[in-house]
Amino acid sequence: MSTRKPSSSPAPGSVGEYLRAQGISRRGFLKFCTATASMMALSPAFVPRLVEALEKAPRPSVIWLSFQECTGCTESLTRSHAPTVEGLIFDAISLDYHHTLQAASGEAAELAREEAMKENWGKYVLVVDGSIPLGNPGFSTIAGISNVDMLMDTAKGAAAIVSVGTCAAYGGLPQADPNPTGAVSVQDLIKDKPIINVPGCPPIPVVITGVLAHFLAFGLPELDELNRPKVFYGQNIHDRCYRRPFYERGQFAETFDDEGAKKGWCLYKLGCKGPTTYNACATTKWNQGASFPIESGHGCLGCSEPRFWDGGSFYKALSVPTGDLGQTAGYALAAGGAVGIAAGLLARQKKAQAVKDHETVTVNDLHKGEHS
Amino acid sequence: MSGAEFLLWVRGPAFDMAMAIFLFGLLLRFLEIFLLGRKTDLSVARGNAMAGGVRTMFTRFLPADKNSFQRSAFTIVAGYVFHIGLLVALFLFVPHIELIKATVGIGWPGLPTPIVDFFTAMTLIALIAVLFHRLTHPVLKFLSTGEDYLVWAVTFIPLLTGYMAYHHLFFEYAWLLGMHILSVEILLIVFPFTKLMHTFTLFLSRWYQGAMAGHKGVQS
Repeated sequence: MSTRKPSSSPAPGSVGEYLRAQGISRRGFLKFCTATASMMALSPAFVPRLVEALEKAPRPSVIWLSFQECTGCTESLTRSHAPTVEGLIFDAISLDYHHTLQAASGEAAELAREEAMKENWGKYVLVVDGSIPLGNPGFSTIAGISNVDMLMDTAKGAAAIVSVGTCAAYGGLPQADPNPTGAVSVQDLIKDKPIINVPGCPPIPVVITGVLAHFLAFGLPELDELNRPKVFYGQNIHDRCYRRPFYERGQFAETFDDEGAKKGWCLYKLGCKGPTTYNACATTKWNQGASFPIESGHGCLGCSEPRFWDGGSFYKALSVPTGDLGQTAGYALAAGGAVGIAAGLLARQKKAQAVKDHETVTVNDLHKGEHS
Repeated sequence: MSGAEFLLWVRGPAFDMAMAIFLFGLLLRFLEIFLLGRKTDLSVARGNAMAGGVRTMFTRFLPADKNSFQRSAFTIVAGYVFHIGLLVALFLFVPHIELIKATVGIGWPGLPTPIVDFFTAMTLIALIAVLFHRLTHPVLKFLSTGEDYLVWAVTFIPLLTGYMAYHHLFFEYAWLLGMHILSVEILLIVFPFTKLMHTFTLFLSRWYQGAMAGHKGVQS
């Protein structure tokens, strides 16, 4: 590193220095910064700023809390494609506590968390995956501490909170009807800290690292109404889908192995939730840009949207109602029938009464009227 | 409430509620009509009542003569444009067919979306034109009641929100789709208790008049 020009030398203890030490060339680092900037739809002028910011940024302390989750989000990140620059960027942050990845356990692990909190009070980034059960604090505990207590305690000194995955962002699977654990999201509990939601089941690995890179380089990203970074969640899957022309033409796969499916036609009828889903899947894709669910022949589940588990069958078209109309229709028709018959009989009775009350008028009666 | 939650509500409980009121109202109205009954006609039939009734159900689709067409050309043309457009948008748009297939059990092929889009735009224009006509024609305006405007609105808004949802105009898609479905649910609720019932009763009344004329052996 001593042979390099001073202008390209990263600051000591920074993300940049760590990456150099890991054997990432400046060229590789620049490529990563360019790719990240383009993914975030930043203008090329921002690339040098991103490079500079990341090279200078001190390695932030990150505390990662896992609550009611399936570890899929961590899997997504760690299994992305080792070793990528994204992976190393993630290593380059000082991950001080992550109970799935760390070797320590029990009280030793909790001690590490408390120390990291004390040392970096007000500066650390808190990453949360998993929802928090409020039904009974005993439903999910770590070292005897309930999830809600640990979250509230750790959030106090955080600079910002990143809710990774749909469970942390909105409640996700644990919150699905009938929500047996009383699960809630991070933003349901914490109102006084900046929260960035990175939903997905799991989120795209480069989106997680991209959000962290953005936070390190430029601070909080611009968020949409669901607190998702617009740079990654501003695009609609349906609008960006390469199968969209088939939707417009009315060419649909009816089953997963029919002619339409083989020809790569639109998956709307097979339940694709692309039209209501905002995520980077159709543009950034998965597995180093290899493909995304729709490209492999399966409709979008809408996993980056709140309550996507409760939207009825994954294999029913978006326009289909979620409930079962049969019983409701039966009751409605029975009630309509009963009231209709009653109303009809009443009308008949009225008619009969009118006929009975009808007085015949004779010519004499009319003459009588003239005289009076 | 997020757009996704709103959409869940309109696709779930709100849809069930609207359909329940729609079916309840529909059966109630039909029973009211049918249970009134008719007096037995003791006169000797000079023609076939059934044939006259069925014939009239279809002949009334066309104006009776040139003169009556000329007198209300606008109403007939604009009326046809928006009714045909409404039927195309409602029954030949693939997501709608999927909905019908899932609730009723029968489906049919749909049209490419740009064609449905064209018909929707024509229908919107025709509906605006008929409203303008209603508001500017002195006799029509005098005869119009609140119900007429309500029925116009509950027909127009589903088309407008559907058009907006398809083109992703102004709002996030989940909200747009939710508003579209909700507006149709309002239409379903209002339907049995307003003149929208003509969708079904028009065939009843045409048959009734045609059958009376047919029985007498005259043209209806």
